[in-house]
Amino acid sequence: MTTVQNSAPAKIKGGVNADLRHDSAIKHVTGRAEYCDDIAEPVGTLHAYLGLSTKAHALLRDVDLSAVRKAPGVIGVLTADDIPGVNDVSPTGRDDEPIFATDKVEFWGQPMFAVVAESRDAARRAAKLAKVTYKELPHALDPEAAQAADMGYVTPPLTLKRGEAESALGKATHRIKGKLRIGGQDHMYLEGHIAFAIPGEDDDVIVHSSTQHPSEAQHMVAHVLGVPSNAVTINVRRMGGGFGGKETQMNLFCSVAAVAAKKWNRAVKIRPDRDDDMSATGKRHDFVIDYEVGFDDNGVIEAVTGEFAARCGFSSDLSGPVTDRALFHADNAYYYPNVLLNSHPMKTNTVSNTAFRGFGGPQGVIAAERIIEEIAYHRGLDSLEVRRRNFYGDNGRDVTPYHQTVEDNIAPRICQELEDSADYRIRRQAVLDWNAKGGTIRKGIALTPVKFGISFTATWYNQAGALLHIYSDGSIHLNHGGTEMGQGLNTKIAQVVADAFQVDFDTIKITKTTTEKVPNTSATAASSGSDLNGMAAQDAARQIKERLIAFAASHWETDAENVQFLPNAVQVGDEILPFRDFIKQAYMARVHLSAAGFYKTPKIHWDRETGQGRPFYYYAYGAACSEVSVDTLTGEYRVERTDILHDVGKSLNPVIDIGQVEGAFIQGMGWLTTEELWWDAEGQLRTHAPSTYKIPLASDRPRIFNTKLATWSENKEQTIKRSKAVGEPPFMLGISVFEALSHAVASVEDYKTCPRLDAPATPERVLMAIERLKGGTP
Amino acid sequence: MNTRSEIRFVLNDRDVSLDRVGANDTLLDFLRLDCRLTGTKEGCAEGDCGACTVLVGRLQNGTLRYEPVNACIRLTASLDACHVVSIEYLSDPNGKLHPVQQAMVEHHGSQCGFCTPGFVMSLYALWMQNPDPSETQIETALQGNLCRCTGYEPIIKAAKAATTLGSPAEDALTLERATMTARLTELRDGKRVDVANGGSRCILPASVDDLAEILLEMPEATIVAGATDVGLWVTKFLRDISPVVFLNHLDELRQIVKTEDAIKIGAGVSYADSQAVISERHPHLGAFWDRIAGWQIRSMGTIGGNIANGSPIGDTPPVLIALGATITLRKGAARRTLPIEEFFIDYGKQDMANGEFLESISIPNATPHSLHAAYKISKRRDEDISSVCAAFNVTVQNGTITAARIAFGGMAATPKRAAHAEAALVGAVWSEATLIAAAARLGEDFSPLSDWRASAEYRLQVSKNLFRKFWLDQQVDAPTNRLSA
Repeated sequence: MTTVQNSAPAKIKGGVNADLRHDSAIKHVTGRAEYCDDIAEPVGTLHAYLGLSTKAHALLRDVDLSAVRKAPGVIGVLTADDIPGVNDVSPTGRDDEPIFATDKVEFWGQPMFAVVAESRDAARRAAKLAKVTYKELPHALDPEAAQAADMGYVTPPLTLKRGEAESALGKATHRIKGKLRIGGQDHMYLEGHIAFAIPGEDDDVIVHSSTQHPSEAQHMVAHVLGVPSNAVTINVRRMGGGFGGKETQMNLFCSVAAVAAKKWNRAVKIRPDRDDDMSATGKRHDFVIDYEVGFDDNGVIEAVTGEFAARCGFSSDLSGPVTDRALFHADNAYYYPNVLLNSHPMKTNTVSNTAFRGFGGPQGVIAAERIIEEIAYHRGLDSLEVRRRNFYGDNGRDVTPYHQTVEDNIAPRICQELEDSADYRIRRQAVLDWNAKGGTIRKGIALTPVKFGISFTATWYNQAGALLHIYSDGSIHLNHGGTEMGQGLNTKIAQVVADAFQVDFDTIKITKTTTEKVPNTSATAASSGSDLNGMAAQDAARQIKERLIAFAASHWETDAENVQFLPNAVQVGDEILPFRDFIKQAYMARVHLSAAGFYKTPKIHWDRETGQGRPFYYYAYGAACSEVSVDTLTGEYRVERTDILHDVGKSLNPVIDIGQVEGAFIQGMGWLTTEELWWDAEGQLRTHAPSTYKIPLASDRPRIFNTKLATWSENKEQTIKRSKAVGEPPFMLGISVFEALSHAVASVEDYKTCPRLDAPATPERVLMAIERLKGGTP
Repeated sequence: MNTRSEIRFVLNDRDVSLDRVGANDTLLDFLRLDCRLTGTKEGCAEGDCGACTVLVGRLQNGTLRYEPVNACIRLTASLDACHVVSIEYLSDPNGKLHPVQQAMVEHHGSQCGFCTPGFVMSLYALWMQNPDPSETQIETALQGNLCRCTGYEPIIKAAKAATTLGSPAEDALTLERATMTARLTELRDGKRVDVANGGSRCILPASVDDLAEILLEMPEATIVAGATDVGLWVTKFLRDISPVVFLNHLDELRQIVKTEDAIKIGAGVSYADSQAVISERHPHLGAFWDRIAGWQIRSMGTIGGNIANGSPIGDTPPVLIALGATITLRKGAARRTLPIEEFFIDYGKQDMANGEFLESISIPNATPHSLHAAYKISKRRDEDISSVCAAFNVTVQNGTITAARIAFGGMAATPKRAAHAEAALVGAVWSEATLIAAAARLGEDFSPLSDWRASAEYRLQVSKNLFRKFWLDQQVDAPTNRLSA
């Protein structure tokens, strides 16, 4: 065979591993990217608005909506009685989450009805006119109050156990018992919740929405309408941020819009104001963690126990898997020879908490890091040294509390490389020297790792589909089950397909995610988007390629191995055809140019009853080193420098992955610093908009910020192009800031005491911790 | 009186004339719902996220100036004789991206993209003013823009790179400057504007005298300057604010007069417009001014409004009280001047009669031998409302404190002086011990509240500590006592 490859360009534009920009970047910067609220509205579009409770826990004695109905522009109202199917949007089938409260409300901000009007403004004004007579009941807002009030669990708890923790604690040389309170977090996606339903013939309805989980929204709308799922189509072009907040929380909005659209046979849109969005939809779970650790003189852990009580809210939502995942990550990167962990998913009279980037994992990881910190202060050691002594290793030090063997441990290497590249040792000494001068500004430094398990712990979620068409002009259309929320998923998947066919990236168009094209998809969550959908797309490409190769071999009468996909061309024997000409010929020869791809993650299994299995296909790793300055007179602080080294395996797209790492770090830092959810005694969330809820700004970034990928890393498992998931793991790198703040605080008492900062470490918590240490009352 | 009954402005490249405008109508709704210009996004509807940022060009003393504003709380009627520039105006008709947009694309400055048009507009405003900004200047320009995806790093890189991709000299707004100035000048016909939609009425007085007259006739009217507070009455509380009388379009109220011993600031002067002169006369307020809200709000909001709405947590009243500022109130033709601290009577209650309005603020120069500092303590450093705001003005002669004006915000129902602490200072030796002793008296001055911004304990503790910080900050070389900027 003649080699003629020189006549074709050496490489396609935008294959895997390339630094390709987000496929919507130009649309983003010009304002032409279409979000749900930008879709042109059909004539006669109506607008729905929710009427929310103003009590945290009360019986509904009377809900008088007459003034609502009479308000200008109002078409009608929806209550539970207007729901044709089931008044429930519980995502796990526990039937505990009504769309509209009926006999009682269980949190401040719970929807009781919706009003539908000619304009959003009219609907919003009308919703305020309801006259509700409540009979108040006692309420419990946080996990501790809920435990005291015996509120019970919203979902069955989990226990992870290995070895004999209690007896090992008894035998340990040193023992520390502590408590850590960790605040929740609002997603603060810039685009709030929205659904836009357009009624069709028969039972049909199309709902455009901003949801991470179109299939669930579809099934939920069908459930609420009392129709089969095949009557409901959910479309998502893109979201203005999700972060887990749009995994289940959109179901209610989709359902209300759909019910109203069918009832009045008009298009109906629902978009809550930011304050209502934050009041009525779930957030990251707050946790109160009671831990106890036993360790030897060298700071090597012998046993750990942990009780993880979470603020779940009034219903289960995803609190089961979220609190499970907290336990799965309560080891972070460390080996616990004896361990006993219990979750307590507490029912509280607050909005039902939900998925948020990390999904309980961060709350587990931070507990592990607090334990390390405690040991370090107790033993007078650098916390990094304590980490090193407790990392997972070989020979019996490689089994997790859920009995999965850690086979791919690169945490020690990541930390070592970061320690070197960030000059950790020299800088730590400089921090100590600075603090020794005794000024009011104190510094702190910490290097913390993350090991994060990848896979949905609900094993059946680990599947994905894709639908790939090649049109006769050689252009490629791709759909997959994942949704685009800014993470660049469509870009990465298109790269995979471009690589498979060896065509330029812009040959491929990925449009909206729709339940019509790929059925029974999983949420775009658990960092799984490209792992699952990339493999499904690759499978679809493989099928078409096989057909094309068979066609070429037969048409040009050669062996299959003589058919090669070159950049934007196909070589058959000695002949090279441009890709589009080749496709045209295949079409003329009646080759099926469409395929549905499928993927399911291998190897994983999990038995929740025994607390044993392999819930995770693999782990993603990373580490961050942060240095802070703290004003010990005010509690104000600055993050002076952060260095990150993060593992994404062999990156599908390094610039997109770096964007994920940087963004996740800042979000994680926000969770632990300025983002504070504050409920008043009546149970009303008072930090319910960006005026009161403070996510990081550009000026909160570390003054020096170095982010690198561990370019040497390759996934040991056969993931898509040996890459690793990236969405969630780097979120936990923000813990380095939290611990650095703690380090600075500890300096006021010469590092004798672990400051036991609670999160978020607002300037207030920092100052109060300083005053506490100065006053000698740890 | 010559009255016009339509609002006229320029939106991108077209003239807009609206004869039905209600008091509660916002620019964002006008853009998105009426014009279907959907590039401008609603993120929070309270001026805190910046997703709705647009530029508004206006004539001030005949000069056309563009400022970033939050369209969500910018009331439509206030746009008379302005040029509104939305994201759709940026890229040229051939699809070529603006340098700021190009830089954002090249540096991966967008992920979900929802905040992006707002960022582009803020960066555009910055680039026009300062094409080659420092990192600090970029951060200051972006205080009013939230991004939840990127962590900002790529946006900062883009902001730095934009200068290499084009010059403001070739920008459309620069090239059209003369024509746009002429167009807006023509729109400013000197008439009173009086428009309504249904029963909802907006009035733009023709002059300050006209304003005074209107308020005598309609003392119940809502006076709106920058709408950065009133805007939220509309978008969050759905309050009907009609009739509204605007004052920000009046050049007379946007004057800053520098005299030898004071600066006189008109009630319509924005935070942004006053920053240069305030920091020149009172250097300790330069950095403090950057802590007031974000750029969009600083461009819209006024010191006058910050005082007149009587909030106990406004940023400027404590510093103005400490400096001994006075305000002039006007009713009809009658004016009266009073020390600013006397204006604040109680929570929600100010010394302002029906039909009266705040006309100007006079800030005296620092007195000889006086030492100054202003502190804002907030959960987040920038674009936050203070938990505690403290302003110190202490006169020290020959090592003895001869006068003290120390005012706090966030510590009481009004911005208020710390009388007991001041008393403890006056006559005492200027020393750290004196300040610590004075701080101990704060509990007699204040019993602060606990709320979502801070607890009472923290407010009191940090206020006390600020006395010591004030001392330390007066020491010439104390790097171990100062956080980096």
